[in-house]
Amino acid sequence: MLMLGVGLLVLLIGVAPAWLVTMTRFPGSRLLEWGLVLPLAMPAYIIAYTYTGMLDVTGPVQGFIRDTFDLRFGDYWFPSIRSSGGAMAMLALVLYPYVYLLSRTAFLEQSVCVLEVSRTLGASPWRAFTRVAVPLARPAIFAGLSLVLMETLADYGTVQYFGLSTFTTGIFRTWFGMGSAPAAAQLSAVLLIFIFCLVVGEQWSRSRSRYHHTSSKYSQLPRPRLRGWKCWAAMLYCGLPVLLGFLIPFLQLAWWAWDTRDLVDFSNFGELMMNSLQLAFIAALIALCLGLFISYAKRLQSGLSMRSAFRILGLGYAVPGTVIAVGVLIPFTWLDNRVDAWMQAHFGISTGLLLSGSLTAVIFAYVVRFLPVSMNTIDAGLGKIKPTMDDAGRSMGLGAGQILRRIHVPMLRTSLLTATLLVFVDVLKELPATLILRPFNFNTLAIRTYELANQERLTEAAASALMIVLAGIIPVILISLSISSSRPGNATKKREET
Amino acid sequence: MISDKTTGSGKALELNDISVSLGGTPIVHSISMELSKGDIGCLLGPSGCGKTTLLRAIAGFEPVTSGQIQIAGDPVSQPGQLLPVEKRQVGMVFQDYALFPHLSIRDNIAFGLKGWSRKEKEKRVNELAAMLHIDDLLDAYSHRLSGGQQQRVAIARAMAPRPRILLLDEPFASLDVELREQIAAEIRLILKADGITTILVSHNQLEAFAMADVIGVMRSGELMQWGNAFSLYHEPESAYVANFIGEGVFLPGTVLDNGDISTELGILPAASNTDPTTSNTLPGQRLSVLVRPDDVLHDDDSEFTAKVLSKAFRGASYLYTLALPSGAQILSLVPSHHNHEVGSQIGIHMEMDHLVTFPQA
Repeated sequence: MLMLGVGLLVLLIGVAPAWLVTMTRFPGSRLLEWGLVLPLAMPAYIIAYTYTGMLDVTGPVQGFIRDTFDLRFGDYWFPSIRSSGGAMAMLALVLYPYVYLLSRTAFLEQSVCVLEVSRTLGASPWRAFTRVAVPLARPAIFAGLSLVLMETLADYGTVQYFGLSTFTTGIFRTWFGMGSAPAAAQLSAVLLIFIFCLVVGEQWSRSRSRYHHTSSKYSQLPRPRLRGWKCWAAMLYCGLPVLLGFLIPFLQLAWWAWDTRDLVDFSNFGELMMNSLQLAFIAALIALCLGLFISYAKRLQSGLSMRSAFRILGLGYAVPGTVIAVGVLIPFTWLDNRVDAWMQAHFGISTGLLLSGSLTAVIFAYVVRFLPVSMNTIDAGLGKIKPTMDDAGRSMGLGAGQILRRIHVPMLRTSLLTATLLVFVDVLKELPATLILRPFNFNTLAIRTYELANQERLTEAAASALMIVLAGIIPVILISLSISSSRPGNATKKREET
Repeated sequence: MISDKTTGSGKALELNDISVSLGGTPIVHSISMELSKGDIGCLLGPSGCGKTTLLRAIAGFEPVTSGQIQIAGDPVSQPGQLLPVEKRQVGMVFQDYALFPHLSIRDNIAFGLKGWSRKEKEKRVNELAAMLHIDDLLDAYSHRLSGGQQQRVAIARAMAPRPRILLLDEPFASLDVELREQIAAEIRLILKADGITTILVSHNQLEAFAMADVIGVMRSGELMQWGNAFSLYHEPESAYVANFIGEGVFLPGTVLDNGDISTELGILPAASNTDPTTSNTLPGQRLSVLVRPDDVLHDDDSEFTAKVLSKAFRGASYLYTLALPSGAQILSLVPSHHNHEVGSQIGIHMEMDHLVTFPQA
């Protein structure tokens, strides 16, 4: 139900703006091109907290309504944000960029020729959009939709806060509420089956999208300037998602953070930051090294087994944090107990929970979940280095390790940095796995935000939430930069226009 | 460098009956050839004939499925045994040049000079830069260079460590057509000056002629003929090579009782048939005679006439395509002040020093 709603909403606010900013020009379209990606920086749980704070009975919006019309609570109807509808809206607002990004890439890659042909055959721009461009981009749109649905399934913070029962909250509750590990594992397994179907669907549509490149000729996109009401409508339609998904909640958070600056106890803020940054840094570094190692191995030995291993590792990103946490905790606890028992029996020392009680478990879970992010980034970077570079290195007497060090790593610098940053930020935002696996009394920014929000101290949560959002903007900028240069032969065009 | 040139006049490269497969598909079939030290060889053939695969096998990127490759007398490739590329001391210039974008031109050229002292490195780089006229580019990066400059850098980089053999994969493919022959001749001089044994791969015979001492014509994985340009043109061993190298047509002929060959354009004396494959022919046998455009002369007094089908201006001469009364077509190179209309009849006669004939298919 939730998936259906989110899916529909996301299509509605993802595809058409992508088309509008790619194919037409109106005031602000250049700004919106990357602005539309911004909501990606907003973790779903944070936007949920923010809107709850704004739209609740005590919030500023309802307060304003009451003041203006001199009404009291109960006199008027106001939609409750804490409903499945609210959750849909929240998730859709921050997840639509996936659909936007992928369909925009697809539109950029479409050759103008097909569109022009359809125009010469008498199709109006609207018909060209619905009958030619969208069907051509369908695999990309579907791939984006699969990502959105995966994230929806994986979401814990939002649905938990809104009191909805989903798989993730169910797993969490069976684990902590009922203390039943097997039941949690069972729920996780069922959830994994759903995810698996989505992954297969996503991969399938991606592999199909390769055949949808229409021509290798890329002339400059004709971007007609919109006028009159069309212009206003386009601005509104494209601006609204950015406004609702990023600007309003961001400003609200900033306002709250400022408002409560005296209230919030900043004494442990430094420690929280340190914890968060430290975790994120370690995980990003491990993911980077492993990602580089695996991608390079795949380049050297691209047999079937290597490629399928790569695929399987890539699944980690689709698995919800709660499921990974459960999957990490069960074997680690078992191992800890074994080690502890063995040490006690032989040396009379209790080692306690060596793995599951320490940061090892958390970092392990992060690496499992976010390794694909760094792996894919590095792999894409490596893919752009022509194989003759390796051959040239070898013909000049270099072994595989030296080639990696002297040729690939220097050439991959940007990709490596991007990979590190992406994992870094993902870890900063991560909530459910941290929640389950963190050592006792270990807090991060995300945990702190979650706890304060759950104690209905929304405004005080704003400061840490704001930090997370700010960190989240970094990868968004990176993504925007890479996508606007993605259209073949587009690098020069950009410079000419500005 | 001097010692390099003088020591061992032996074979720089020897292929003994080697075959190469890619992904289980046989690409190169039992090829044998050898190249003397300091010579420039060219593998010539249409795309897909296996010439690049053969080059990569010599470099060590592909293993051989049979036979043996020797570089300067060392066996480097045989079935189940492959000396890794990095240990072969071969230099390779790739079709896309594969310059390292993160290094300056100077560092690119010095890249393969492992274990050289700083002074030696600098000396070698400067020496090569001077030879290839890229002195003023040494501090630039590859993306600033034109195609021709990138090619020079790639050649300098491959030559720098003084490889035992230099391999060039379609080195002129990405240059302007007009420049190719000129640059090929220039590169030839540089390679010769450095005394470096070279093999290049090309599909353009003019490049091959301009650059190589020995040329191997390849066709679907087989080496059809291995020899210099003159022998390929004038003594082709197969109809394929005759057709592939230069222009020309095959004129049908019949062997007479005295061994002479009767064709539509007169009787060719048996004595001029030096082709060993068809010299022992029986009377009545039908042959194909290779007729090059320069074998057919314009002669108004001749008893033979042909109709002009088309003509192409070649500057000093016209290349006419002529139709004989039987319908057979031949080519004729005629000085360009003899201008004949398409459709007109002109007199011609054949003048051949030696005959190249093949059994008629």
